[in-house]
Amino acid sequence: MKKPPKLGIKNLSVTFETEIIKNISFKVDEGEIVSIIGPSGCGKSTLFNAISGILDQDKGSIEIDGSTEDQRQGRFGYMFQEPLLFPWLKVWENVMLGFEIKGLEKKQAKTKAVDLLKKFDLFRQANFYPDGLSGGMKQKAALLRTIAFNSDILLLDEPFGSLDAITRSALHLYLLEIWKKLKLTIIFTTHDIREAIFLSDRVYVLSKKPATVITSIKIDLSRPRKIEDQTSEKFVEIERKLMSLL
Amino acid sequence: MKKYSLPFLTALIILFIWQAAVIVFKIEQWILPAPSQIFIAFWQSRSLIFYHLVPTVTEAIAGLVGAIFVSVFIAVLMERYQIMKKIIYPFLIISQTIPFIILAPLLTLWFGFGFLPKIIIIALVCFFPITINLFDGFQGVDHSILRLLKSMGASQKQIFKLVKLPASLPAFFSGLRIAAAYSILGAVVSEWMGANQGLGIFLIRATKSYLTDRVFAIIGVITILSIGAVLLVEIIARISIPWHYNKLKVKS
Ligand SMILES: Nc1ncnc2c1ncn2[C@@H]1O[C@H](COP(=O)(O)OP(=O)(O)O)[C@@H](O)[C@H]1O
Ligand SMILES: [Mg+2]
Repeated sequence: MKKPPKLGIKNLSVTFETEIIKNISFKVDEGEIVSIIGPSGCGKSTLFNAISGILDQDKGSIEIDGSTEDQRQGRFGYMFQEPLLFPWLKVWENVMLGFEIKGLEKKQAKTKAVDLLKKFDLFRQANFYPDGLSGGMKQKAALLRTIAFNSDILLLDEPFGSLDAITRSALHLYLLEIWKKLKLTIIFTTHDIREAIFLSDRVYVLSKKPATVITSIKIDLSRPRKIEDQTSEKFVEIERKLMSLL
Repeated sequence: MKKYSLPFLTALIILFIWQAAVIVFKIEQWILPAPSQIFIAFWQSRSLIFYHLVPTVTEAIAGLVGAIFVSVFIAVLMERYQIMKKIIYPFLIISQTIPFIILAPLLTLWFGFGFLPKIIIIALVCFFPITINLFDGFQGVDHSILRLLKSMGASQKQIFKLVKLPASLPAFFSGLRIAAAYSILGAVVSEWMGANQGLGIFLIRATKSYLTDRVFAIIGVITILSIGAVLLVEIIARISIPWHYNKLKVKS
C-alpha cells in the first residue's frame, strides 16, 4: 500500500475581516522540501499560522500521516518570519528551550542542545546572547531551536528573507545539510524564485490576496545540489517558466 | 569613569563657591554653615549618626522587601486574571493621588511607635512603582513570541515561567530602582511621627536645637543612603539581567 502523504491540506480557507486564504489544497510527502512562493502580503504567514493550529478562523481539513488533526499545536517545528530568539537566553539555552518545551528533562535537554550545536556548526557561538549575533547566526540558532522542538515536519516562514545574498547562499547549503542528515520534511515560504527552485522538490505558486494555489511545479534537478547548479540550463529554464506564471 | 568626571567637577565647584560665599559674606552658621563646618559636624557626630542610621536602614530594607512581595503578588494576580486587573488597576492609579504619609498618624494610633507602622508606610510608598512596572512588563511581551509558544503547544504556566517572567525583569528593576530611593525617604519621614532612634528623629532634634551644621550633615547622609540604595539595585540588576545591558550596548 502506498504511504499517505506526510502532510495533506484540503480546502483550507482563512477569513479575517476579508478572505485571506481561499480554498488551498496541497500535499507534501515524507522527506520532501516544498516551497510556497507568493507576493508579499498574499497570506503566506497566515497559511502557516493556520496549518500550525494557532488560528481560530480556519476552515478545511489538515491531515498528518493520513489522519485528520484538529489539535495541531506542538505538531510542527514552526519557525516564524522573525527569528524570535529569547534575548535573555544564550544561544545554547535558546536551543535547549526547544527540547524543554517538548517535555525533556533539563539535563537531557542540555546535552541534546549541545550535541545539536556541535553537529551543526554553532557551538562556538553557544555562549553568545542573540543580540550579539549576526543575522545569519540568528537564523541558524532559530532553526536549531525549531528542530530541537520538533523535527518531524518543519514550517519555515521566509527563513532567509532578511539576509544578504552571500549569507543566504551559505544558509541554503546549511539547510540542505540538516535536511539530509536528519531526514526532515520541510515546507517553506519565500518570494524569491531562485531560492524556491534551488531548495525544493516542488514549488507551489500562490496568487495575490486572497491566496489560492495558481499552479505547482515539480523541480527535477538532481540532488545533492550545488550553488553552481543555479546557472545550469535546466535551472534557468525552470526559472523562466515560473516567472511567466507569476 | 570618564562620564562621571564632569558632574563630579561641577559638584566640587558648587561646594567651593558655597564655602567662599559663607566666608566672604560672613553668613551666620545657624543660617547656612559652610561645607567645611558641615563636614566637621559630621565627623564629630559620626557615632551618633551611625547609631541613628541603623534603624532607618533596617526599616527601609524591611519596607522595600515587603513592597516587593506585595507588588509581585498583585502584578501576577492582575496578569493572570483579567477580572482582577479590572478591579485592582483603577484603585492602583487612585492610590497614587493619596500621599501615604497622611496615613502615618492613623497607623501610629493602631500600631504604636514601633517598627511595624513605619514598615507599612514604606511598603505603601514603594509598592506602586514596582507593581506598575512589573505589570507593564508582563503586558509588553512581544506578541509574536507568545504566538510562537502557542504554536509549540506550551501551557499558560510554561509561557509565564519561560517568557513573561524573564521578559519583564528589566521593567521590574526600573520600578525597583525608583522604589529603592523612596524607601529611605519613606523611612525618614515615617520617623517624624515618633521614634526613639532613627535619622528622621535625629534630624528633627538637630533642627529644634538650631544645630544647622548637623542638620546639613544628616541631610547629606540621607542623600548618600538614597543614592547607595539605587546603586545597589543597579548592581543587582546588572548581575541578574546581563543580557539586557548587552542589548543596550549593542544598540547604542
Ligand atoms: N490576525 C490577523 N487579523 C487580520 N488580518 C490579518 C491577520 N494576520 C494577517 N492579516 C492580513 O492577512 C494578509 C496576509 O498577511 P500575511 O499572511 O502576513 O502575508 P505574507 O506572509 O504573505 O506576507 C495581510 O493583508 C494582513 O494584513
Ligand atoms: Mg509573511
